[in-house]
Amino acid sequence: MSKFLNATLFYALVFVIVGVSVFPFYYAVITSFKTGTALFEVDYFITKLDFSNYINVLSSPNFMRSVWNSVLIAASTVGFAMFLAVTASYALARVRFKGRGLLLICILAVSMFPQIAVLAGLFELIRALGIYNTPWAMILSYTIFTLPFTVWVLTTFMRDLPVEIEEAAIIDGATPWVIITQVFLPLMWPALVTTGLLAFIGAWNEFLFALTFTASESQRTVPVAIALLSGASEFEIPWGVLMAASVIVTVPLIALVLIFQRKIVAGLTAGGVKG
Amino acid sequence: MAEIELKNLRKSFGGLEVIKGVDLEVRKGEFMVFVGPSGCGKSTLLRLISGLEEISDGDLMFDGVRVNDTIPSKRGIAMVFQSYALYPHMNVMENMAFGLKLAGSTKEEREARVVDAAKMLQIDHLLERKPKELSGGQRQRVAIGRAIVRDPRVFLFDEPLSNLDAALRVQTRLEIAKLHHDMNDVTMIYVTHDQVEAMTLADRICVLRDGLVEQVGTPAELYDAPNSVFVAGFIGAPKMNFLTGEHAKPYDCATYGIRAEHIDICAQDEATWTGSVVHAENLGADHYLFVDIGVSEPLVVRQPGKQFTALGTEIGLKPQSEHAHRFDGADRAIRN
Amino acid sequence: MPSSPPSGMSSRHSLSAQRRRAAMWFLAPMLIALFCVAAWPLLRTIYFSFTNTTLTSLYDGKWIGFDNYLSYRKLSSGRVIWRGTLADPAWWNAVWNTVRFSVVSVALETVLGLIVALVLHQNFKGHGWVRAAVLIPWAIPTIVSARMWGWMLNDQFGIINDILLNIGLIETKIAWTANIETAMLAVLAVDVWKTTPFMALLCLAGLQMIPKDIYEAAKVDGVHPIRVFFKVTLPLLRPALMVAVIFRMLDALRIFDLIYVLTPNSKATKTMSVIARENLIDFDKFAYGSAQSTLLFALIAIFVSAYIWLGKVDLSGEHSK
Repeated sequence: MSKFLNATLFYALVFVIVGVSVFPFYYAVITSFKTGTALFEVDYFITKLDFSNYINVLSSPNFMRSVWNSVLIAASTVGFAMFLAVTASYALARVRFKGRGLLLICILAVSMFPQIAVLAGLFELIRALGIYNTPWAMILSYTIFTLPFTVWVLTTFMRDLPVEIEEAAIIDGATPWVIITQVFLPLMWPALVTTGLLAFIGAWNEFLFALTFTASESQRTVPVAIALLSGASEFEIPWGVLMAASVIVTVPLIALVLIFQRKIVAGLTAGGVKG
Repeated sequence: MAEIELKNLRKSFGGLEVIKGVDLEVRKGEFMVFVGPSGCGKSTLLRLISGLEEISDGDLMFDGVRVNDTIPSKRGIAMVFQSYALYPHMNVMENMAFGLKLAGSTKEEREARVVDAAKMLQIDHLLERKPKELSGGQRQRVAIGRAIVRDPRVFLFDEPLSNLDAALRVQTRLEIAKLHHDMNDVTMIYVTHDQVEAMTLADRICVLRDGLVEQVGTPAELYDAPNSVFVAGFIGAPKMNFLTGEHAKPYDCATYGIRAEHIDICAQDEATWTGSVVHAENLGADHYLFVDIGVSEPLVVRQPGKQFTALGTEIGLKPQSEHAHRFDGADRAIRN
Repeated sequence: MPSSPPSGMSSRHSLSAQRRRAAMWFLAPMLIALFCVAAWPLLRTIYFSFTNTTLTSLYDGKWIGFDNYLSYRKLSSGRVIWRGTLADPAWWNAVWNTVRFSVVSVALETVLGLIVALVLHQNFKGHGWVRAAVLIPWAIPTIVSARMWGWMLNDQFGIINDILLNIGLIETKIAWTANIETAMLAVLAVDVWKTTPFMALLCLAGLQMIPKDIYEAAKVDGVHPIRVFFKVTLPLLRPALMVAVIFRMLDALRIFDLIYVLTPNSKATKTMSVIARENLIDFDKFAYGSAQSTLLFALIAIFVSAYIWLGKVDLSGEHSK
């Protein structure tokens, strides 16, 4: 009897966890199919499929421009970070030199920086470079979190590659550069994809810099566009359109996360609890 | 083919010295085996010769030229690793040709040399496969093949058989011996903790202990005339019998050593030692008797055939004195 | 016998020297990049905090010492007037909000994350689906979840009020995000919802590293499961938990986006990051905001150092090898 009770309680707990996790997104989907006064009736199920909010969002040039800005910025900043991180993490993971531990701690420290602490200095730098209100401002500033993160995670991955393979390559006459490009990189594709994906999500979601370093609507990234989407007044927020836009930018992320589930967990753990 | 000379070679990691001044000469074309218990520094010594570890002090000479500061790929060495260390993403052909490719040789030349080596090792039908599609024995051959293709002056083996199962180990051992012969007696240095491997493969064996050379010699020399209790105990199976204290006194030494095959069973009144048989092991062609003569460990006696003496029987034993080994208080051999 | 030259002179051509040289070149671009986007801006922020720079004239600022932090003036009447961030009640309100938010949210997330991790660690039907579902809040961008919850918590048409009214927990609709009393609750709820999956994943990874035979041994010995949890699981999980907690804590201390979007301009939730940015950009008190940013940085730096020092957390992973 108590076994049955235990099982029931356990599945009830599972049900609550799943319900709480999924419901807000589910509710956003329901709302996104509503227009007009239907919005103001609480429904727990989809009553009518009305795609006008989606058409509205997808035909809005400013929103599509924001999506494009976000893709461009996130892809560039991650590409740039990965390019620097691959060689740097080899040095940190594989070469013995003085001060390596300290350097690692410093890199980790940078990734923990409160972004507000560099905001003023970055603002000045971006103004000085003349890239205020351009995608370059974000590509530059996002490096502060994408670069330490990719270096850190790739270093932990690189540490786990077998030593003897590297030594065999050394005996075959491979220089460090050849070891990275011809031996390690082909072995690290899964790690690179995971790290890149996580950094991409980070850059895609960033808000503070994007809010501060853009001025015109056409330069906004997706989070800024969604945060600042509003009607004529506080009481006229177009909830249907807003939820449609939210669903549109979230579905690809959820899909990616679910596809790469296992790898993402490995990447997060490498960046987190590997201690 | 190269002559290798180690002069007072030292290596420390941090403050810890693991190679404490090794002098050694490896002759041209010789098969030299480094043997010793784990932690004796044999692998470190091999890595110093390969150039993978930096030498802390002393000189390393290849054919009379000091190579301390030469990077591994310029020393003319090839190395076979314990884990094979094949490049997982390359097929066998690419694995074997990687060194040549980096050295800038042409595609035709590379392929010709790889195919030659592959034929010699009978792996020419595997050239398109990836390492994960090969068995352990095949991987080991590819690793050896990769070394052959480099056409090295010196082959270095770092416990290459320890990841193979027992049957394959014996077979591969034979092949390495054959390889040494086939390759016009190229110089080979081989590290193992297994004294049987050392005895069967080596032209000469270097026994290492705590970062120092304990003894260098042919297998027969080490077996017949060990310099110390350590070498005497390490080389040969079963382990040499040692007697100390009261039992060694009559022979005028601190430790008296006698191998299992050099003890005869005799009538109790002629016996040097008497005791009861406490255990017996049958190996087929011969068998070992363990006889308790009142010292801490039973004496092991080797007898031909399978005819056991029943357990508990009191027997008399007599050493073949001409084969006995005597050691002084510092465990060094006393030579007459 | 030729004596060998000292190793320092000969190491120029050796393998390890080659590798160290390569390492230097490999690290240089990254270090330069990090200097440009992290160290330099941080130094400039700190510099600005000692000037009277304004947003419109970034280069006309004059050095004014600690005036942005704290200064006082004695009036002729003998009264002393304190000025600067450290005498600003709005600042101290933000500090209190930040600390309150961080401690409560991280504590809740740790406990809930651990529970979720323990559930996920069990073998049951549909295990993979549950894990996938748990990951969804983490995958949703913060801004998007802020707006989703903003809609759910809407006072007139929100589903939360509807549910709570239906089951009789409240009697009238509550303006969750606008009310001073409930704004912090709303922020906490959303943050816990969004971040518990991350905690759960880290805890789960830690749980999976605990060897199974320990549990089997405990089972054989007939130890009660709850005792096993507190005596075996929790101590073994401690290192992973310590690292997870500090990562979350640092994230919580610098929170900006959720609060900016969910409860704009609410005195009850305004954190240090929010108030600093407000001064920096919106109120044209650039130098004053810089001083507040610097204070937040200092607070986090002190917190991290203390945590690592007291908790003996090995963050670099160097010693585990």
